[in-house]
Order: sequence, then structure tokens, then C-alpha cells
Amino acid sequence: MDNQGVLGIFSYIDVTINAVRKLKKEGFKNLRVFSPAPNHEIEHVMDEPESIVRFFTMFGAMLGAACGVGFTVLTSTDWPIQVSAKPIVSIPPYTVIIFELTILIGALSTLLGLLINSRLRKNAPKSMYDPRFSVDKFGIMVTCGRDNVKKVEEILNSQGAEEIKVDGI
Amino acid sequence: MSEQTSLTYAKVNEDVIRMLDKPTVKWLALFIPTLGIVGFGLFCFLYQVYTGLGVAGYRHPVFWGVYITDFVFWVGIAHSGTLISAILFLFRASFRISIYRIAEGMTVFAVLTAGLFPIIHLGRPWFFYWLFPYPNQRELWVNFKSPLLWDVFAVSTYLTVSSVFFFVGMIPDIAAIRDKVTEVPRKILYSILSLGWKGSNWEWLHYTRAYLYFAAFATPLVLSVHSVVSWDFAMADLPGWHTTIFAPYFVAGAIFSGLGMVISLTVPIRKIFHLEKYITLDNYDGMAKMIILTSMIVGYAYGTEFFMAWYSGSPYEWGQFYYRATGEYALFYWIMVACNVLIPIPLWFKSVRRNIKALFIISIFINIGMWFERFNIIVISLSRGFDPAAWGVYKPSWVELGITAGSFAWFFMFFLLFIKTLPSVSIAEMKEFLPVPRKEANHHG
Repeated sequence: MDNQGVLGIFSYIDVTINAVRKLKKEGFKNLRVFSPAPNHEIEHVMDEPESIVRFFTMFGAMLGAACGVGFTVLTSTDWPIQVSAKPIVSIPPYTVIIFELTILIGALSTLLGLLINSRLRKNAPKSMYDPRFSVDKFGIMVTCGRDNVKKVEEILNSQGAEEIKVDGI
Repeated sequence: MSEQTSLTYAKVNEDVIRMLDKPTVKWLALFIPTLGIVGFGLFCFLYQVYTGLGVAGYRHPVFWGVYITDFVFWVGIAHSGTLISAILFLFRASFRISIYRIAEGMTVFAVLTAGLFPIIHLGRPWFFYWLFPYPNQRELWVNFKSPLLWDVFAVSTYLTVSSVFFFVGMIPDIAAIRDKVTEVPRKILYSILSLGWKGSNWEWLHYTRAYLYFAAFATPLVLSVHSVVSWDFAMADLPGWHTTIFAPYFVAGAIFSGLGMVISLTVPIRKIFHLEKYITLDNYDGMAKMIILTSMIVGYAYGTEFFMAWYSGSPYEWGQFYYRATGEYALFYWIMVACNVLIPIPLWFKSVRRNIKALFIISIFINIGMWFERFNIIVISLSRGFDPAAWGVYKPSWVELGITAGSFAWFFMFFLLFIKTLPSVSIAEMKEFLPVPRKEANHHG
């Protein structure tokens, strides 16, 4: 069944939240809410699973630490330079390198996690975006079957949407 | 923040994006001389490369001079940017919101400037890549036990992470600019930089979490970087350098100098772009309080150095500090004390903290004082080591001063380009702070 996108544009957060509640109650689960700034109310009502960016962060940091250990220990033992009775592999100075690489690769991995996860779901098509979402408007994009377009439009209208756009996805 | 209550979401977009209009005559009047000074600095560097490091004024026993002073100074300037953007973000300090973007930009440009100096300082700068560990024909690896190599890792990590933090923070704002501009080249540029951002709940979910983790990484990083820089000195056994207080002393000094630079930069921007509603007196009040704290820590460190020199019973250590206060460089020492300890004292008074002109003047003195602090630590310690037969006085040459002037211009050049191309105030975070538009008057808890 071909899917259609229906976009409702709102001026107020409370109206937007009520519309999301109503849509969810009517069984429409494939929703996307646009806002000019992050908002806890939207996060709460959408009830999305916790971001998995944290796993990218953790594994990146662990990889960085492992690289730090590998770099320092393997290169020291590859060309050992004995200075009096000092150890070839000396942990305290290597801690600095290990720490820095933990942070470096952890941060880069977090960036990768952000870029990948923000686009995991198909990004909203251009026709379903309104430039006013980066100014002061809120939007709800509903993805539904062709049969349900009218019903979604009715819900959005009844909930106070100021404009409605319909497009194929 | 009563000045900010009249703002709306649309007004924030309008005011911040307005700053990116075509360059004005005033902007060009600043930018063109800045480019000229960068050019002079480049000329000095090329002259030094062609002639050799002898033109840099290095004389036995002082082989770390103005270049290393500049390096430590610029790394220090970078620090308060991360403090304001990351540490205060974790502590949810609201006074950071309108100034953190400028401070973050300052961080990136200051690290870019700082990173040049270890290379300028090299006798053969074209071999700078030998500092990085890579399999090579010489079959040699770098010495991971050297503080100088720690510096390479710390500063390059800091540049990378602070640049990522800076860029990621701007993505939603760049999208707002993309949606506003109409000229095709700008539209294309901002469309690419915004990475297709649309502000959906899914994007905000990952974005806010990632931003939190960046802040959590940047916080220990910023403390480690200047600690590592301080260990360039503290790991040596030279009188005046070999002390355990260097790491916290340097970190406090870095934050102190960086805050001074933030004030020096934001005061003119606030005036030129009429940002009084955004960068409020409360913002300056908060920064001034942090300057008081860090000024006291720095002043305490100066006192502690003298106390330890006396109490240790080491004639070399005491000789070094007696020389700092009374020798050939005494003027520089007392300039440092006056600028960093005495001149910030009026900030204890609220009327001074909320007086923009007074703050600006104090911030300039802080910048001067902190440059001399680094000069005193580096040069005076080297000029009077253990052996009186190896003492000597160092005077910077015109080449070093030219490159130093060039570095300031290099920093300001990036800054001037930044305020004309990227949003200097965070649009999205300002909106988080403002009341969300509601139909019903009752506010959500």
C-alpha cells in the first residue's frame, strides 16, 4: 500500500502536543514532530526509545583507550631503549596518551553515532518540511496509508492545525 | 535576565541572522589591517625559515622564548571557551547561553593559533610531522615518555574535539540560516553545512544526547590539556619550573586569561551588533565572578611559589624567585602581579562587574598580565638555572615580536570571518531559554 505524508503546521506547543496525543489515540504511530528547539514535552509525548548514541560513545572511548595502550606499549617494545634501570614500558607517562586517545576516538565516535542515527529513519522529504520550523512553528508529519489521509486531515484540523500539506512518500 | 524577556523565537532568528549581512565598512576597516598584520607575521616567519633560528633572539641559556610564551598563552586563551561551553553546560549555568558560541569560536581559533608556535619554534619546521607516530624509513618511533609528545596528543585532541563540539552545536542554527537566505551560493553553503537538519524529534533526541557526551568529554579534556602543557615545564628540574602546583596553577590561569579574552571580544561585538538583549549584564556579572575566583587562585599560586622557594631551603629555588622580583625582568614580574592580582580586585564590587567599560579595561589588563605570566615562567627560569656561569639575559628580536603580532592578527582574522559567516549566538539554545509559545497561559511544569 502506498504511503502518504500529511503535515500539520502549528504555532503553539500545547496545541501540537494535544494533536500528537489524539493521533496516537486514533492509532497513528508513524509520527514525526518538528520544532525550532529541543523540547521535553515533545520528547515525553513521543516516548521514543533512548538514543543509542551512548553506545557509540562508550565503544569509541574503549577503542581509543585500546589504541593508546597499543601505540605506547607496542612501539616501546618494538625498539626498546634502555635508560639505566628505567622500565621500557612505563605506565604513568603512557596514561596521558591513553587518556587523550580515549577522549579523541570517543568524541569522533559520538559524532559518527549522531550522524548515523539521525538518519537511521528515512529523513523527511523536502515537501514535508517547512522553513518556519527553524523559526517559530511546530509541525507534525503523519505517515499513513492513502485511505487514512482524510481522517488524519480531519484530526489535524480539529486539533487546531493552521496549515495542512499532503504529499506522497 | 530581564532584558531577555521581550524576545520571541522569531526575533532571535532575525537578530542573529542579521549579523551575517554583507560586510560593513567598519568590518572591512578592521579586517583589512588584520590581514596586513597576518602578512607581516608570515613575512617574519619566512625570513626566519630562510635565515635560520638565529634571528629569533635565542641566546644561551634561553632557547625557549617568545614562541613558547605565545604557545602557552594561546592554549590558555582557548580554555575558557570550553569552560563556558562544556563545563557550565553540565552545571546548567544559564548565563553561558548567549556567550558560549563566541567563546567556543575563540577556543577553536586560539588552538589553531597555539598549534602554529611549536612548529614556528622548530629549527627545521618542514619536519614537524616527525612528531607523529607513523611507520617510517628511519624505523624510529616517537618517545611517548616525553611531555613534548604529550603536548602533541593533547593539543591535537583538543583542537579536534573542540572543533567537533563547535560545529555540532551550530548545526540547527546553520539550518535556520539555510532556511532564511535566498542567494544561491549562500543557500548551497549553508545547506551543505546543515547536513540536512530538519529539527525533527528524532534528530533532537540524538543531538541532545550527543551534545551531552561531547560536553562530558570536553570537561576532563580541557583540564588535561593545560596540565600537560604545564608538565612541559614541571617535568624538568629547573628552578622555577620543578613544582607540583603547576597543573592547577596553569589551568586556573588559562581560565582566567580566557575569560578576559571573552570579555574583550564580546564587548565590542555587543555594541556593534546591538546585542544588549542577548549578552546581558547578568552574563558579564557571572563571568566577572569567575574572574575573581581564578584571579585569587592565580594570586595564591604566585604566593605559594615564593613560600615554597623559601621554605624548601633550596638556594637555587630561592635565588630564582628573588631574581624574578628584583632582577633584570622585575618590571615584567610586577606587571604580571598588578594585572592579574591587583587590577581585578575592584570586581568584588557589583557596580564594577556591571559596568561594561570598566570590565573591558580590566579584561585588557588581564590579557597583558597573563602573557607576561607565561613569559616570566619560561624566560626568567631559563635565564637563571643552577650554574651562575651559564646565566644570561634574553631579549626578543623583531622577528619574534612580528610573529607574535601576526598571531594576534591571525586569531582576530578568523574571529572576524566567523562573526560574518556563522551564528555568533546560539539560536536553538536561546529558544530553549525563552518561554515556549503556548495557546493556554498555564505553563507546563
